[in-house]
Amino acid sequence: MDNVIRRRTPGARLARWSLYAVLIGMALFYLLPLVVMLLTSVKPLEEIRAGSLLALPQAPTLAPWVKAWSEACTGMRCEGVGGYFWNSFRIVIPAVAISTLLGALNGYALTKWRFRGADLIFALMLFGCFIPFQVVLLPMARTLGWLGLSTSTAGLVLVHVVFGIAFTTLFFRNFYVSIPNELVSAAKLDGAGFFRIFWRILLPISAPIFVVSVIWQFTQIWNDFLFGVAFSAFETQPVTVALNNLVNTSTGVKEYNVDMAAAMIAALPTLVVYVLAGKYFVRGLTAGSVKG
Amino acid sequence: MSALEIRQVRKDFGATRVLKDVSLSIDSGEFLILVGPSGCGKSTLMNAIAGLEPVTAGEILIAGEDVTWRTPAERDIAMVFQSYALYPSMTVRQNIAFGLEMRKVPKAEREAAVERVADLLQISPLLDRKPSQLSGGQRQRVAMGRALAREPKIYLFDEPLSNLDAKLRVEMRTEIKKLHQRLGTTIVYVTHDQIEAMTLADRIAVMRDGHILQLGTPEEVYNDPVDMFVAGFMGSPSMNFIQATLEGDAGAYRLAIETPESPRLVLPWPAARETPAMADAVGGRAVLGLRPEHFSEEDLRLGDRAEGTLLAAKVTVAEPTGADILLRLPLGDGEVTARVGPKASIAAGEWIELRVDMSRAVLFSPDSERRLA
Amino acid sequence: MVTTTLGDGTGSAASRRTPAARLQDWLPRLVVAPSFAISLFFVYGFMLWTFVLSLTNSRMLPQYDFIGFAQYARLMENERWWVASTNLAIFGGLFVVICLVIGAGLAILLDQRIRQEGVLRTIYLYPMALSLIVTGVVWKWLLNPSLGIEAMVQGWGFESFQFDWLVDSDMAIYTLVLAAVWQASGFVMAMFLAGLRGIDDNIIKAAQLDGASLPRVYWRVVLPCLRPVVFSAVMILAHIAIKSFDLVMALTGGGPGYATDLPATFMYVHAFTRAQIGLGSASAMLMLGAVLAILVPYLFSELRGRKHG
Repeated sequence: MDNVIRRRTPGARLARWSLYAVLIGMALFYLLPLVVMLLTSVKPLEEIRAGSLLALPQAPTLAPWVKAWSEACTGMRCEGVGGYFWNSFRIVIPAVAISTLLGALNGYALTKWRFRGADLIFALMLFGCFIPFQVVLLPMARTLGWLGLSTSTAGLVLVHVVFGIAFTTLFFRNFYVSIPNELVSAAKLDGAGFFRIFWRILLPISAPIFVVSVIWQFTQIWNDFLFGVAFSAFETQPVTVALNNLVNTSTGVKEYNVDMAAAMIAALPTLVVYVLAGKYFVRGLTAGSVKG
Repeated sequence: MSALEIRQVRKDFGATRVLKDVSLSIDSGEFLILVGPSGCGKSTLMNAIAGLEPVTAGEILIAGEDVTWRTPAERDIAMVFQSYALYPSMTVRQNIAFGLEMRKVPKAEREAAVERVADLLQISPLLDRKPSQLSGGQRQRVAMGRALAREPKIYLFDEPLSNLDAKLRVEMRTEIKKLHQRLGTTIVYVTHDQIEAMTLADRIAVMRDGHILQLGTPEEVYNDPVDMFVAGFMGSPSMNFIQATLEGDAGAYRLAIETPESPRLVLPWPAARETPAMADAVGGRAVLGLRPEHFSEEDLRLGDRAEGTLLAAKVTVAEPTGADILLRLPLGDGEVTARVGPKASIAAGEWIELRVDMSRAVLFSPDSERRLA
Repeated sequence: MVTTTLGDGTGSAASRRTPAARLQDWLPRLVVAPSFAISLFFVYGFMLWTFVLSLTNSRMLPQYDFIGFAQYARLMENERWWVASTNLAIFGGLFVVICLVIGAGLAILLDQRIRQEGVLRTIYLYPMALSLIVTGVVWKWLLNPSLGIEAMVQGWGFESFQFDWLVDSDMAIYTLVLAAVWQASGFVMAMFLAGLRGIDDNIIKAAQLDGASLPRVYWRVVLPCLRPVVFSAVMILAHIAIKSFDLVMALTGGGPGYATDLPATFMYVHAFTRAQIGLGSASAMLMLGAVLAILVPYLFSELRGRKHG
């Protein structure tokens, strides 16, 4: 829309101003919950009861954060969400690493070594992106039991890997499809084999899609609640489950500031990722959904 | 022993037969060009030689050894791709050395090879750059360097010049020719550009629909095409095909051409170029093939000694190219292109007299499109 | 590029391949095989398994005495299931429509050479990075009648202001819509913006040279070009709506009563806390059916479109 001459009439200027007004108003709507969450999390409880949502804290305190991290009650125990925060990392890191690696190899094999049935295999795997997970919950619970992985961190890692492969394969396949086949042909003639070509030729140019895949998987698994609540025990539950328990624990006085601090703690890792690598985050969202 | 021999190679993609029992034999040191329109199977044949596409049937022998079922790596072949296919993450040096590294050549030898190739192609200053920092022509050189580093049995070139601009393409064409003369390597070269084919090849294979229509030296393919397709494909502007009637008897065949609003033109067929097939075609239609340069301006100095027949026509378009002038003239039921010297001052709408050099004309059957004479 | 099929020659031909060639033929398949096997078992196998469970009388533990489609019949008579399904229709419908309107509107406004566009985009989209649990928790706080937005506006002097949807069983479902729209509309905006940026500028210039006003250009020229975006957005949003579970658990817990139950929470509650595995499985199968009902026409039109394109 560049290079189009605009008339500088008062009417046009008014339109311009209202345009900005709408955009900024919407920005406030999106920001409001985050701002309130942050403000509430540093206010003492009395101030919350007395004052308004958006009132600035008179006596800011980090006590709610400390309590949320290490003392708040999540269900029967009162150890805060800190431990569960690390639980989430214990689940996320191996699950992201394994699913991304498998997705990369699958995408490479399916595009650059197209064997008979490769497209069918991909289509069948892709379906895993679309199923409502409720349809696999019960069999998964039984299978984890048989494998002796019920309520274990390893079990949750397995679940996330299994249902993440469809997405990571999709990412890498779509990326490698755009890499010219001649590159692989040239390497074959040069004498490199399957893994060598992957390692020496394709991997070094796959950084962007690795970032997309890692960010997507990280946010998906970090934010997961369904598998967490279905397949974990107190010791292994991820932070989302702990947060939900904390907020819904009905013993004693409701400490909204602690709830908000815990919510902030649960939200921080993905927010940080989003702020640092927003471009790749969006790319993952659109690649993971539009092209699916 | 042939450097490369292809026996009855067939390739199917599903129900489509892309290569229809192609056979071909190339001598050591020969520069063979596969030429044809897109979809003719030339790239598939190239890939089959490289081992990048397994064939459906047939055999491929390199230096007498059957390599039909070997991997590309086991065939000792190097290839230059149209897209260059330089490894983006590696420097020029690493690109060139990669094939040697894969073959476990010691580091010192690898470095020597890189130096040798860099000297040969004058790319020494570029050795530590990444492909993304190179221009199109430089990438092209590096791609060739990568192929030359290994000294394989056969080089394959897959339309290596078609991504270059016109000027660079001519330069690199010359360079490739020089390299071939200097190194005496065996080269199979695919292109759709008939000028590249004519200028570079020892022999040309013209392909269409999975067949090799004609295999011969550039001169043979140009002057003695087997059918109308080859005749029309080689040469630019392409050969004129003129509908005519074959008349007369052995020893005195004539071609009669009816042009609207012009007198009937009768061209005698040179007796030296008669064929037995012509006898059966007398009285029927024939297609006369004349290249633009087979027309020439009537030069009075030649007088009676001039061979051929005079033709008078009204010019519809005159296109000066600098080196010469291309004229469009009505002849038969269509128009023909004639190439005349740059000095002729001819404008559209004027009449011109041209001499037709029948000694180089070719004659086709309109039904089979094969040569009559 | 035509499909390359390696090593699909006749048996005798395959056996003539060198060992290295044979390895090269099989390695790609071997690499994909584990993932493919996982998909077959954990996706297709589990779907079948759940279907089998839905035909049984399983309660606390899975057991396999078949009772036909009785669980589906029970589901049809179950009032709570109907509440959940109706809720899904209301929630899904509103969620999709509002997200589309806001997303498209914001994208068009942002496409007007806005200063600080990047900042605004970042702000609109960040909720998508949050867990739906976090979204639920924070909106639960905002919608808290005695301390949240209601109290805040009343504090500004509007004493009669009422915003107690969260505890009103008729209105609670709309709090889910509000929170979900807040979370996902920025994403729809990003999709539309990408679509807008993909449109050839010259089309817009040509339309302006033809004398069309800017709103008219958008309505008549640009939006029709974005049909594929609308299509994908609807599909993704509908998919999110059907799977919605976390948000309900965190924001309303399905309450008041079961006024905000959705099929996803219905399934979880019956399968995991109410020892109704058979009934839960049947509800999961119906959810799958709903997803397929949206997905299959979408994929079908995608494939058809690609063939025509």
